[in-house]
Amino acid sequence: MSDKHKNIMVIGEVRHGHLLTVTLELTGKARELADKCREKVITVLFFDKIDFEPEEIIKFGADEVICVKNDKFKEFNQEIYTNAIVEIIGKYSPSIVLTGATSSGRTFLPAIAGKINTGLTADCTGLDIDSETGLLLQTRPAIGGNIMATIKTPTHRPQMATVRPKNFAKPEPVERTGRVEYLVLSEKVYESRIEVEKFEELEGENVNIQDLDVIVSGGKGLKRADSYEMLKELASLLEGGVGASRPPVESKWISFPHQVGLSGKVVSPKVYFAIGLSGTVQHMAGMQTSEFIIAVNKDKEAPIFQISDIGLCGDLFEIVPKIIEAVRKEKGMM
Amino acid sequence: MKICVLLKQVPDTDNVKLDPETGTMIREGLGSIINPLDLHALEEALKFKRDYEAHITVITMGPPSAEEALKEALAMGADRIILATDRKFAGADSWSTSKVLSEVVRQTDNFDLILAGEKATDGETGQVGPEVAAMLDIPFSTYVSQIEKLEDKKIRVKRTVEDGYEYQRLPFPCLVTVLGDINQPSMPTLSGKKSARRACVERISSAQTCINEEYLGLKGSPTRVAKIATPQLMRESKKYTGSKIDDGICELIKKLKEMAII
Repeated sequence: MSDKHKNIMVIGEVRHGHLLTVTLELTGKARELADKCREKVITVLFFDKIDFEPEEIIKFGADEVICVKNDKFKEFNQEIYTNAIVEIIGKYSPSIVLTGATSSGRTFLPAIAGKINTGLTADCTGLDIDSETGLLLQTRPAIGGNIMATIKTPTHRPQMATVRPKNFAKPEPVERTGRVEYLVLSEKVYESRIEVEKFEELEGENVNIQDLDVIVSGGKGLKRADSYEMLKELASLLEGGVGASRPPVESKWISFPHQVGLSGKVVSPKVYFAIGLSGTVQHMAGMQTSEFIIAVNKDKEAPIFQISDIGLCGDLFEIVPKIIEAVRKEKGMM
Repeated sequence: MKICVLLKQVPDTDNVKLDPETGTMIREGLGSIINPLDLHALEEALKFKRDYEAHITVITMGPPSAEEALKEALAMGADRIILATDRKFAGADSWSTSKVLSEVVRQTDNFDLILAGEKATDGETGQVGPEVAAMLDIPFSTYVSQIEKLEDKKIRVKRTVEDGYEYQRLPFPCLVTVLGDINQPSMPTLSGKKSARRACVERISSAQTCINEEYLGLKGSPTRVAKIATPQLMRESKKYTGSKIDDGICELIKKLKEMAII
């Protein structure tokens, strides 16, 4: 370890011109950490065009916003991102590097760890600075969320972590000073063996369930594909989306991006409905950090009840319509 | 065409039970399985074997008992199985694991394509695939739910990401990590099982990898576990049955209003 490594760098994410909220969440968290060790927060953005002012990010805690503008950032290319960030880390020598645990962040940051030979902790739910050593304390769920492990990177630099979107709250913007710098990287950064053909946007169903406040998940107990209509109705009333345990996905009642669990997605919404699913460890590890959990199951011994706030024990085909009715009534829709 | 599949043996969390008192996993007597997403990687390799006569090498790092996972892969149709095993590898984090795997891959053959599951159900980092690719300095892609072979030693992959699908072309050699919807893994055949039982697993020790010992295992890992805590699940677990269900729904609506969901 050398003292030349200083400051906290947040690798921001701009997707087709829009800034992802996780960038602001992490800039805010980085501010908190930086204040503890009297360092600066540097947020880095890569884009071809943007629909916001980079200066805005200063209000969320950044001291410096580094913008790298190039046509090659129109679509995501993991190789170019890796090259670009390796060059920037080399230039700025940050002590900490944070990025969102998105499909992009979880792709380029491990490659960077492999290139520059340092540690990386995935999907942290807590970050802090050790008051004695000044090291980054990275807390993440392990063994299916049954334990929380706090991880350190004692000697390698930078200390790197990915954090799931919505894990930290987006701070309130405040007026503060900082600067925006446009950086030109070397030409070789943009040499890539990967050819990006096209991006196909998903319309209609929201499969990006990790970003939702409400998830209504179903399991084997739904019995048929069309039972999902009921869950979709409840989900849309609550402005959420639908999820699933493994059996409905295997039976093709719903597509894989909806699968919650260790082989699918790990989610942490405000409200999680577990309907007709008994609660395998696989599934529960993917949702047990949700703020409020409601289980509907006819088997009163189902493990899912152990981790639920409210358990409704009975026939889901009677209970779910009742919930829908009650929600509609509450919203003044009937 | 030469394919390598990176595979991991993990605890069989599918059949695990929870301790009703503490809500924690009962780990005693837990069996081991091939990491579910790695089975999809293997199945994709088998598709290439059927369509293009690809030769499949499966590599894992783990304790001697990980041999079982490799033999299962052989029974499913893999051609060669290699186990990197040594006490000195124990306790490796994703960087140190990738160091060993990339070195074993490099020494074994010039592979066209390296496949792995997007993440393992135990560590859940999803980091080893990209780290191995970076150490081998080959192009890679992740979150892939479709692979198509193109002319002149290239593949087209479809990445399933948050807001849609990204299509990319990668030249050989490259590494791809796959999602669970890419295919349906097949079962080992009876004859495959029989011959796998007799099969000999190639073993690679730390000395054979020629990696400097300071990069191996717990000692060689950049990250360290500083503390372990068991989170207390603070759930009320109120259960409503029969005629009480309506009360439960009332309670639920109250809570949703309180949380500003409705």
